Order: sequence, then C-alpha cells, then structure tokens
Amino acid sequence: MFRDPAIADAWSRLPDYLGQHVLVSLTALALGLAISLPLSLYAVRRPHLRTVLLAAASIVQTIPGLALLALFYPLLLGIASLTAEYLGFDFSALGFLPSVLALALYSMLPVIRNTITGIEGIDPSLRRAAQGVGMTERQSLFMVELPLAMPVIMAGVRTAAVWVIGTATLATPIGQTSLGNYIFSGLQTQNWVFVLFGCAAAALLALAVDLLLALIERGAARRRRLPVAAGLAGLAVVVALALWPSLTAQRSGYIIGAKTFSEQYVLAALIAQRLEAHGLNASRREGLGSSIVFDALAANEIDAYVDYTGTIWANAMKRTDIRPRAQTLADVAAWLKSERGVAVAGALGFENAYALAMKRSEAERLGISSLADLARHAPQLTIAGDYEFLSRPEWAAIREAYGLNFRAQRAMQAEFMYPAAGNEVDVISAYTSDGRIAQFDLVVLDDPKGVMPPYDAVLLISPGRANDSALLAALKPLAGAIDVTLMRQANLRASQGEPPERVAQWMAARLKK
Amino acid sequence: MPPVIAFENVSKVYGAGATTALDDVSIEIVPRAFVAIVGQSGSGKSTLLGMINRLIDPSAGIVRFEGEDVRDLDPIALRRRIGYVFQNIGLFPHLTLAENIAITPRLLGWDEARRSTRADELLDLVQLPPADYRDRLPSELSGGQRQRVGVARALAAEPHVILMDEPFGALDLRTRDSLSRDYRKLHDTLNLTTVMITHDVIEAVLLADRIAVIHEGRIAAYDTPQGLMAGTDNPDVSALMDMPRRQAERLTSLMRNGNGS
Repeated sequence: MFRDPAIADAWSRLPDYLGQHVLVSLTALALGLAISLPLSLYAVRRPHLRTVLLAAASIVQTIPGLALLALFYPLLLGIASLTAEYLGFDFSALGFLPSVLALALYSMLPVIRNTITGIEGIDPSLRRAAQGVGMTERQSLFMVELPLAMPVIMAGVRTAAVWVIGTATLATPIGQTSLGNYIFSGLQTQNWVFVLFGCAAAALLALAVDLLLALIERGAARRRRLPVAAGLAGLAVVVALALWPSLTAQRSGYIIGAKTFSEQYVLAALIAQRLEAHGLNASRREGLGSSIVFDALAANEIDAYVDYTGTIWANAMKRTDIRPRAQTLADVAAWLKSERGVAVAGALGFENAYALAMKRSEAERLGISSLADLARHAPQLTIAGDYEFLSRPEWAAIREAYGLNFRAQRAMQAEFMYPAAGNEVDVISAYTSDGRIAQFDLVVLDDPKGVMPPYDAVLLISPGRANDSALLAALKPLAGAIDVTLMRQANLRASQGEPPERVAQWMAARLKK
Repeated sequence: MPPVIAFENVSKVYGAGATTALDDVSIEIVPRAFVAIVGQSGSGKSTLLGMINRLIDPSAGIVRFEGEDVRDLDPIALRRRIGYVFQNIGLFPHLTLAENIAITPRLLGWDEARRSTRADELLDLVQLPPADYRDRLPSELSGGQRQRVGVARALAAEPHVILMDEPFGALDLRTRDSLSRDYRKLHDTLNLTTVMITHDVIEAVLLADRIAVIHEGRIAAYDTPQGLMAGTDNPDVSALMDMPRRQAERLTSLMRNGNGS
C-alpha cells in the first residue's frame, strides 16, 4: 500500500503535519486548563460569577470552530499593530498564536462545566465532615472536594482534548499547519486519500490522547503509580515525537501562500519549485482563507502568493465599477503599491473569472460564440449557476447588458453543473481557468461589451520582499508565461488527483518562454 | 468543678425571625460527663451541638468552651481541639483508614511518623487490627467498622471533648449495642467529656450520665437518667420517658415469668 504515490506522499507529510497538530493542540489544551481550572475553582463558591462564567463559556462554544479561529486573526493583527506602534514590537498574528488562543477558548467549557458540577455533586455531608474535622475552606476544596471531583473533572479534560484535537484541523485556513492540511488540500484536489488520511490521523490522535488521559485518571483514582506514570510517559512520547521534526527541521526561507482551491496549490508549488531551482529556500502555507492570505502578505507573514485582480478590486479596494482588463491591472498594481506596499511581480497571463460556458458541439450547432449571440437563443435555453454566482452583481450586470432571458434557471453544486452542461441544462456559469472546461469540452462565451469584471492572476510580493532582487529574478519569468489553456489542463490534472507538486513540474516544462 | 462547656441564655433564630431553633437555653456540662441530648427532629438538638465547635453561631447569648467565649476563639483551631463523630460517618472515600484517622493531626502539622503511629494506636483501640486495616479504603468496610473508624478519627488529635451527632443511628441493633458500649468504655478510660445527640431515649438512658431533653427549642429537663425515669411534672418529658419505662417493666416481667416457669 506504500507504493501508491498518494499514500506515500501522505506519509511523507505526516511528521510535519502531525507534529504541528500535536504542538498547537496540546499548547492550546494546556493554556485552556491553566485558565479554566483556577477560574472554575474560584467561581465554584460564587454563584453569580459561576453563572456568568458558564454562560460565557457556552456562548463561545456556539461559535463555529472555523469562525472562532478566523476571528482571532484580525483581532491579533490589530493588537500587533498597536504594540508595534506604542511598544515597539509586533508578533505574528498568523498561524500558531491565533490557533492556540481560539482552541484554548474552545477547550474551556467542558473543563469549567465539569469542574463546577463535579465539585457541586459531592455529598454535602463530606463537606460538613471536612469542616467538622477542622479544615479551612481551602483545605476542604483541595484535600477533599477536588480529589473527589477528579473523575468528573478528568472527563471534562478528556472531552476538551478530543474537541481541541478535532477542531485544530480547522487551523489550516489561518495559516497553522495541522492535519487539516490533508483535508483542505485533499478536498480541493479531489485527493480522497489525503482527506481520509487527515481524518483518520486526527481521529487516531484524539483517541490516543483520550486513552492516555483515561489511564492517568484511572491510575490516580485507584492510587496506583504505574498507570499514572505510563499515561504521563505516553503523553511525553507523543509530545517528543511531535516536536522532533520541528526542532530538527530548518524552517527558514521564503513562505509561499495559497488559498483553498486546487489552482492555488499548483501555483504555490510552481513558485516554490522555481525558488528552489534558484537555490532559495521555500516553504508553503496552504489552504489560507482569501482575506487572511492577503492580510498576511501585507503584514509580511508570507512572502508571495497569487491573487486575482477582480478579487482585490472588489474586496480590498471596495470598487464596484468595471474597467477594462489592462486598466484594472494597472489600477490594482498602483493601489497595492501605494496603499499596502505590496509589489506585483507580474500578471501570469491567464484569468480566473466568472464566465458562461456551453457544450462545444451545442454552441457550434447554434452558432453561439459570445454573450451577444447567446441572447438571441436564450429564451429557448436553460442556465445553471452555482449558488454564489446567481446572487452576484456580475449575473445581474450581464443579464441587463445583453438582455439575457432564459427559459429557466437553476442553482447547482459545481460538481454536478459541469457534467449537466449539454444534457440537463444548456448554459452554465464557470470559472475560466477551470480544468473541467477542457474535460467536458465546453466553450467559454466571449463578453464583447466587457461587462464581466476581469480576474487576471497576479503574483504578489510582500512589502518586506518588494526589493528582494534574488526573489524577483527567480519569479520574473513567470510573468505572462501561463495561458488559460495551460492552466485549465493543469487544474484538470490536479482535480483528477495528481499531486500539485507533480502538476507544477508538468507545467514548468510547458511555460511560455 | 468548673464546666467545660456552658450555654448562657443562648438563642438561635434562622432566617429573618422565621424559625426559632433555640430559645434562651442555659446548661452546663462538667468535665468527664457523658451528656445525651434527646428530643424530636427539629427540636434544636443539632443546633445546640453545632454551637459548641462553632459550626453554628448563636443569635444571642454566650457559649463558653473551657471558660472562654467561643466567639473569641478561631473556629478552625477550636474544631481541631474537639473530636466530632458524624451521623452519616463522613469518612473521606479517597483516603485510607489511616489517612482518615490522622486527618486532624495532619491539619495540626504532625509529622508523618507520629501520625502513622497514632493511627495504628487508634485502630487498635477501636478493635480493627492495624496491619489488616491501615491501608484499606472506607468502601471496603461494613457500616459498624466504618463508625469505629469515625470514632477513632474523632479521638486522633487527643481531644478532651467529643461531640457525637446521632453516631449509631444508621447501624443495625447489635452493632449499635456493641459499639455504644465500647465507646462508653473509651469515654471512661480516656477521661473524655462527651456530648451525644440521639433520638433513641433508651440509648440515652443506658449510656449517659445526664440527659438534656429539648422540646421546641427549650430545655425541658436536664437530669440524670435515674431522675428522669423517676418521673417529672413536665408532661412532654414524662411522655418521652414513658416508653423506656414501659419497655423496661415489660422486659422485667417477661424475665421474671420466664424464670418462674
């Protein structure tokens, strides 16, 4: 089974991913315990505080894990800029720190709830006995109540451990390498081996930590040293194994970012390979959220990644008007330089824009090659769009500009939309660089009036590296080197399960010189 | 002999004057006395006992321990000077018998060796061989054995005064009988002062030197068992003492007839 390339690839990443995962989850758990245990002990005899504490922890729990993690990034970024301004130092708001803080917060509810209910559940006659034999409140708490509540508290700790280890897979989009990297990249590149590998590894890790904690708990309850020592030793082994790669590995050099879809994984691999070919060290932070990756670049936490002019135009510049492709590119580059200090190393030569597409045979039979042609036939045709497209301003803009009135319109999941083109529906919304355009032999319809906003792929360089001549020299040749056909074929390969690194090598041999 | 414990016009009101648990109680307990407090549930006997080691403070009046107003004493230090045997035994389930017994000495800062010697002495005293019992957990014992440990724990820090809150109430009759007689012997040999709550008048009559009868928060009688059995003019006390008297008479006649046949 190790001969399967996808499995071998998954294994080769395990030390890094697992190590980071263990590091971030155990740090978060330790921090969470260090806060929530004393807090619950302080609150257990104070009914008002106890109510507030439990309510607050419950509210935190209702925030979805992904949102909680994502919220910490801008928060820390703000704090970092404040400390930089007033205290003269800043820190990385990406990756480890926000993950640890969010996960620590996430771990608190089970610990607080179980500590409080565990102590409250103790037979009141024992508390009276503790008082009667001459214990102070504090002695009663630490000598009697806490030891007796320990099984319940440990159950809470175990729940917290399992939650944190599971939720840590969601730290990938805020730049923390974890077992989630398998899942996020696997989902994007249709690499189900990766997805399963990531899920299984996270589940096994959670199970292992839970069992070790159970061993410690049972040993402590029966006052046996051996199981406690064995459990602690087991945890120490897990931590040591986890830390080994990060202590020995050299993690320096340039950091290349990638968003959460396969094109981004391939391009990040391509960039990293170019840097390595030029003798530069490169590592990748993949699966980052779209706005997080941009903020991270502007804050010098990653050094380079590929974005799209239309995305920056709308999301960062807050522009709603539509300009021709070349002008958009120039405006975006000027804005990035002046507002964020970000350099554009070049446009890669293709767009990943929204477009309408049809089955090639059908388009030729009806003589449709542009949206203007489509308007004449639209009343006899049906269109399918993904859920997002049908609510975007682009869709309203082209309907108005070309007078498009379809017989029917349907919202569909992208996976089903492409095969449906030419069968259940006639026209679909598509991404222009999507590999499935080639796979299903579709044609992308022209937009002669220029209504669709341009989405040129641009290679962005962080402010700190904007004058790094070695980096720029290595990346310059990528400018204009990738046409949309090459990118589509590359995306098709990636979506069929070929590892991004191999697709990148395949692309490198076919770049326009 | 000056009293070791004295109540001077003590009252206790719970809530905002809602319930009066004790109403102007004055009694004195002399050294080496074995005093039983009897009365129905809710009569105020637990409140009375709890005031001696400041588990409860009075609303009015003064409680004295060895002549001192207990309000001037640190409650924690006071409790460590007084042994307490609990109604539901109250052994700490996570501690061994030796650790349970040595808990007050541990709070007083005795060293490990002294605590362990003391625990063994006390296990011997309550007839649980230390070699067998020292390292067991309370859950491994029968109810009677547990309360023997409860008594040993109360005696551990060498107190002169022992408070007992219905100590034998939850035990079966035979265990109760042997345990209470064994305790009475300890009381005598160790020169203790014992205040014991019980709802069992016969137990009080058979064990105690003096019996305090509490009725609705007041001391209805405070006398020797002989004095109370001889009859009083208080109808509540007479009603209470009537049962042991009738049972004793019935038993006496049964034994007389049995012997005669």
